[in-house]
Amino acid sequence: MSHWVKISTLEEIPSLGSRVVQSRQGDIAVFRTAEDKVFALHDKCPHKGGPLSQGIVHGEKVTCPLHGWNIGLSDGHATSPDVGSTPCIEVKLEAGEVFLKL
Amino acid sequence: MQKMKLVVIGNGMAGIRTVEELLKITPDLYEITVFGAEPHPNYNRILLSPVLAGEQTISDIILNSREWYAENGITLHTGSKVTMIDRVNRVVIAENGIEAEYDRLLLATGSNPFILPIPGNDLEGVIGFRDISDVDTMIAASAQHTHAVVIGGGLLGLEAANGLKIRGMDVTVVHKNEWLMERQLDKVSGLMLQQSLEEKGLKFMLQKDTEQLVGEKGRVRAVRFKDGQAIPADLVVMAVGIRPNDALAESAGIHCNRGIVVNDTMQTYDPRIYAVGECVVHRGVSYGLVAPLFEQGKVCATHLANFGIGRYSGSVTSTKLKVTGIDLFSAGNFMGGENTDEIVLHDKVGGVYKKLVLEGDRLVGACLYGDTVDGSWYFQMLKDGKDVHDIRDNLMFGQNHLGDTGHKGQTSAAAMPDTAEVCGCNGVCKGTIVKSIKENGLFTLDEVRKHTKASASCGSCTGLVEQILASCIGGAYQPADTSNKPMCGCTDHSHGVVRQAIRDKKYLDIPTVMQEMQWRTPNGCASCRPALNYYLISTWPHEAIDDPQSRFINERAHANIQKDGTYSVVPRMWGGITTPDELRAIADVAEKYEIPTVKCTGGARIDLLGAKKADLPKIWEDLGRAGMVSGHAYGKSIRTVKTCVGAEHCRFGTQLSMSMGVKLEKMLFGMWAPHKVKLAVSGCPRNCAEAGIKDVGVIGLESGYELYVAGNGGIKTDVAQFLCKVESDEDVMEYSGAFLQLYREEGYYLERTVHYVNRVGLDYVKSRVVEDASNRKALYERLLYALQGYEDPWLERVLDDRKRREFKIIPVEELA
Ligand code: SRM
Ligand SMILES: Cc1cc2nc3c(=O)[nH]c(=O)nc-3n(C[C@H](O)[C@H](O)[C@H](O)COP(=O)(O)OP(=O)(O)OC[C@H]3O[C@@H](n4cnc5c(N)ncnc54)[C@H](O)[C@@H]3O)c2cc1C
Ligand code: SF4
Ligand code: FES
Repeated sequence: MSHWVKISTLEEIPSLGSRVVQSRQGDIAVFRTAEDKVFALHDKCPHKGGPLSQGIVHGEKVTCPLHGWNIGLSDGHATSPDVGSTPCIEVKLEAGEVFLKL
Repeated sequence: MQKMKLVVIGNGMAGIRTVEELLKITPDLYEITVFGAEPHPNYNRILLSPVLAGEQTISDIILNSREWYAENGITLHTGSKVTMIDRVNRVVIAENGIEAEYDRLLLATGSNPFILPIPGNDLEGVIGFRDISDVDTMIAASAQHTHAVVIGGGLLGLEAANGLKIRGMDVTVVHKNEWLMERQLDKVSGLMLQQSLEEKGLKFMLQKDTEQLVGEKGRVRAVRFKDGQAIPADLVVMAVGIRPNDALAESAGIHCNRGIVVNDTMQTYDPRIYAVGECVVHRGVSYGLVAPLFEQGKVCATHLANFGIGRYSGSVTSTKLKVTGIDLFSAGNFMGGENTDEIVLHDKVGGVYKKLVLEGDRLVGACLYGDTVDGSWYFQMLKDGKDVHDIRDNLMFGQNHLGDTGHKGQTSAAAMPDTAEVCGCNGVCKGTIVKSIKENGLFTLDEVRKHTKASASCGSCTGLVEQILASCIGGAYQPADTSNKPMCGCTDHSHGVVRQAIRDKKYLDIPTVMQEMQWRTPNGCASCRPALNYYLISTWPHEAIDDPQSRFINERAHANIQKDGTYSVVPRMWGGITTPDELRAIADVAEKYEIPTVKCTGGARIDLLGAKKADLPKIWEDLGRAGMVSGHAYGKSIRTVKTCVGAEHCRFGTQLSMSMGVKLEKMLFGMWAPHKVKLAVSGCPRNCAEAGIKDVGVIGLESGYELYVAGNGGIKTDVAQFLCKVESDEDVMEYSGAFLQLYREEGYYLERTVHYVNRVGLDYVKSRVVEDASNRKALYERLLYALQGYEDPWLERVLDDRKRREFKIIPVEELA
C-alpha cells in the first residue's frame, strides 16, 4: 500500500532546482519550478540513466546533465525528437510542505 | 473573437513553409485555407531527382501529410487550381468551383518550366521537369521507350538526365553553351563534370541549337538542330529555365514584372496580399532555390502575424548538384573579372579543382569540383564579407588543414560508405543521417543535430554533416549566419546583442534580461541561462547576481559529473607542483572515501574519480586541511597553468618558469570565462610545457618572455599565435591578464580564445592589448577588480550550511 510521505518543506528545494530523495524504489528527484510547482520523477534519464536531479530546470522541463535531453516534469516524457520516458511519482504541496506518494 | 481568414494559393515549398513559420509564432490568429493545383499534399520538390533516380519514393518525400493540415486546423483543397482573385469582394475562386474569402491572401504559385517556342513542343512525350506528374511521365516512358533527349545542361537537366540513364534509357543532353552548368561552373570545372557524367554513360551535344521536334502519330520521335543534324527521341525533357508563375496575379491586376513584385516585407502592391517563393520578384531578382524562399517565408510570417519585425533584403545563393558520386559546389562570383584575384588548385589525375576568387581581402566567389569539404566554410566567409587577409596563405587548404580529430581525417562525405561513422561522440553513421534528412525533411544543421545527434556534441564533424546535408538537398542547404544567429530558441537576439544590452542597460539579473529583452520562454533553457549568467557576472562583477540554478551541474557542484552520476575531484596543484603533505592528504582521502580511480590528468594534476556527491563536502574539508583548494577542472574558468621545470633545475632553462606559472595561476584563481582557459609556461623554446597549444602560452628566453595566445589542443588543434615579447614577470601578468580580460568581456559563451580571436582578428587584439598601453592597464585592472576577494568555493561549501544543502540527500526509507 502506498501512502503520502512528507519529505521536506518547499523552502528546502531551491527554486528552478531539485532535491534527491532516497527511497526503496531508488533515487527520486523532486523539482521545484519558478512558479513553485513541485514534480517528482525517478532520478534516471530515459536515455542513459543520467541523474535528472542534477540538470537545469526551465519552464516545466529539466535538461539532463549528461547529454542534454529535455524531460517533461509533469509526464516524464522526453521532448521530441528524442523518445523515451521516466516514471513519475505523485507529489503534492500542502501548507508549504512537500509530500510524495510512496 | 472571430479569427481572420488567411488563404494560401500554392501548396508548395515556399507557401507551406510560411504557414509553418506563422503557426510557430501565432498559432491562433488565422483560419487558414490552402489551395493546391496538384493532387498531393506539400512535398519536397527538390527530392524529385532522387525519386526519378529510384533512390527514393514519393511517400518518402512528403513534407506535410494530410494529417498535419488537419491537426493544425487548415482546410486543404488539393487538385484545386485557383483561376480568379476577386479583390473587391476579397474572395478567390478555383476552377472546380470552390471559393474562399480572405482577409489576407498569400500567393505562392511557384514557377513554370520554360518550354521552347519551337514546332512540335506540344507533342506527346515533351515535358518539363517540375512536379510529380512529370516524374511519373518519365518513369512510364523509360519503361516503354529507348531514347531520351534532355534539352538544357543546367542543374535540373543534368539531374533529369542522370535519373533517366539510371532508369535504363539512352540519354543525350543538348546544351547551347560551350560547357555545362555555365551559370555555376567555369570552363575547367564544367569540362570535368562532363567527363564524369560521360563515364556514367551520358551523351552530350554542346553548342547545339534545337530547331524542331519531329513527331509521328502525335508522339515525339526526333530532335532536329539548326545545323540539320537530327537524333532519335521518344521523350524530350525541356530544362532550359523557369518562369515565375504570375499569370493569376497579373489577371487580378496585381503589379507584376516578370514575377509578382514585392517589397522587403513580401507585400505586393495590394496591402492585403503577400507573395513568397519562385513566383516573386524582389528587388529585381527571382530565386529558384529553396533557401532564399525559406528566408522570405520567415519574414512574411512575421508580417502576417502582425509582428512586423523582419525585412528580407535578398540572398546570396550557392549550388550543389544532386547526382550521387559527383561533388561540386559554387557560390558568388566564381568567374572572377576585373579587380579580382584567383587562387587555383587543379589536380587532373585526382579529379580535384578548386578556384577561389578574391577582391582585395574578401572572398567573392568559389568554385569547387571533386572536393567540396570546405564549401560551406567558404560560403560563410563570402556571405559574412569576412576579411581573409590573415588566412590567405592557407585559404586554399581549407578549414581543416590543421587537423581534425575523431574521424580519421575523413574529409569527403561523398567517398564515405553509409556504414562509416560520421559523429564519433554519438556514434552516428552516414546512412542514419541521410535517412533522417530524407524521412524527416530536414533542411538545416540544427535540425540534423536535433534528429540524429550528429555534430551535437563536440562539433568536430560539423563539416562532414554539412556536406551530407548539402549532397542530399543541394543548394537548399545554407549554412547558418553565425554573425547574428539567435542565442537559442528562447530569443531572436544574438549573443553580441545581449552582451551589449547587459552592459548598456546595466542589467544585473537573469529575470530582468529576459523580461526587458522579451524572452519567449518563462525562464529560458539550458543553453541561454548559463550564457546569461556568465555575461552578467563578467560585466558587473560584485554587483550582478550569480544564479547557481543557471549553472551547469559541474559548476553548481564544483566537481565533474561522471557517466554513472558520481563525481570527480581535482584539487589545484599550482603550476603542477605538489608536496609530500598534499600527496598524503590525497592518498588519505582516496582511501577514506573509497575512491575507485586515482589518475594523473592531462593537465598535470591528480584526479580522484568516482566520488559520491554526498561525500564531496567532507572530501573538500579533508583536502582543505592540507591547504588544497578547488582546481576548477569543472568550470568555464581558469583551469591549469602547466609549467616545465625551467631555470630552477633545467640545464637549458632561461627563466623561472615554475614560479612564473604559479604567479599566473594565483593571479587568475577564480576567473570565470566564456569557456575554459588554460595556460602554460616553458623555460625555454624547447617548450616542454606545450605552451604552443594553450589559450595563453609563455615561453622564456634569455631576454624575457614571448607571449602566445589563442592556442587550442582539443577538438581541432590550433597553434597559438605570437602576441608580443615582454621583459619582466610583471609584464607577463599584465599582458596576459589584459588579453584574458578582453576575451572575458567580448567572447561569446562557449567560445574558446581561438574562436574569439578568429572572429575579431589578431590585429584587433594587438591594438587593444599591445599597442594601447592605457587600455591594457585598464583591462588588467578590471580583471584584478573582478577577481578581488574570491574565496575557494570548496571551503565556502564546507563552512556554509545552506550551500551544503545541494549535496544532501533526503532519506525516506524509514518512513516508507
Ligand atoms: C580529466 C581530464 C582527462 C584526464 O584524465 O586527463 C579531462 C576530462 C574532461 N574533459 Fe578535457 N580533460 C582533461 C584535459 C584536457 C586537455 C589537456 C590539457 O588541459 O592540457 C585538453 C586539450 C587542451 C585544450 O583544452 O585545449 C582537453 C580538451 C577537452 C575538450 C575540447 C576543448 C576544445 O576547445 O576543443 C572538451 C570539451 C569541452 O570543453 O567542451 C573537454 C571536456 C572534458 C570533460 C569535462 C567532458 C565533460 O564535459 O564532462 C571531461 C570530464 C571528465 C570527468 O568527468 O572528469 N576536454 N581536456 C583532463 C583534466 C585536466 C585538468 O587537470 O584539469
Ligand atoms: C527536380 C527539381 C530539383 C530541384 N533541386 C533543387 C535543389 O537541389 N536545391 C534547391 O534549393 N532547389 C531545388 N529545386 C527548386 C525548388 O524545388 C523550388 O525553388 C521550390 O520548390 C519553389 O517553391 P515554391 O513554393 O515557390 O514553388 P512550388 O514548390 O513549385 O509550389 C508552387 C505550388 O503552387 C501550385 N500552384 C500554382 N498555381 C496555382 C493556382 N493558381 N492555384 C493553386 N495552386 C497553384 C503549384 O501546383 C505548386 O504545387 C528543384 C526543383 C526541381 C523541380
Ligand atoms: S576525458 Fe576527454 S577525451 Fe576522454 S572521453 Fe572524456 S571528453 Fe573524451
Ligand atoms: S543520460 Fe540523460 S541525456 Fe543521456
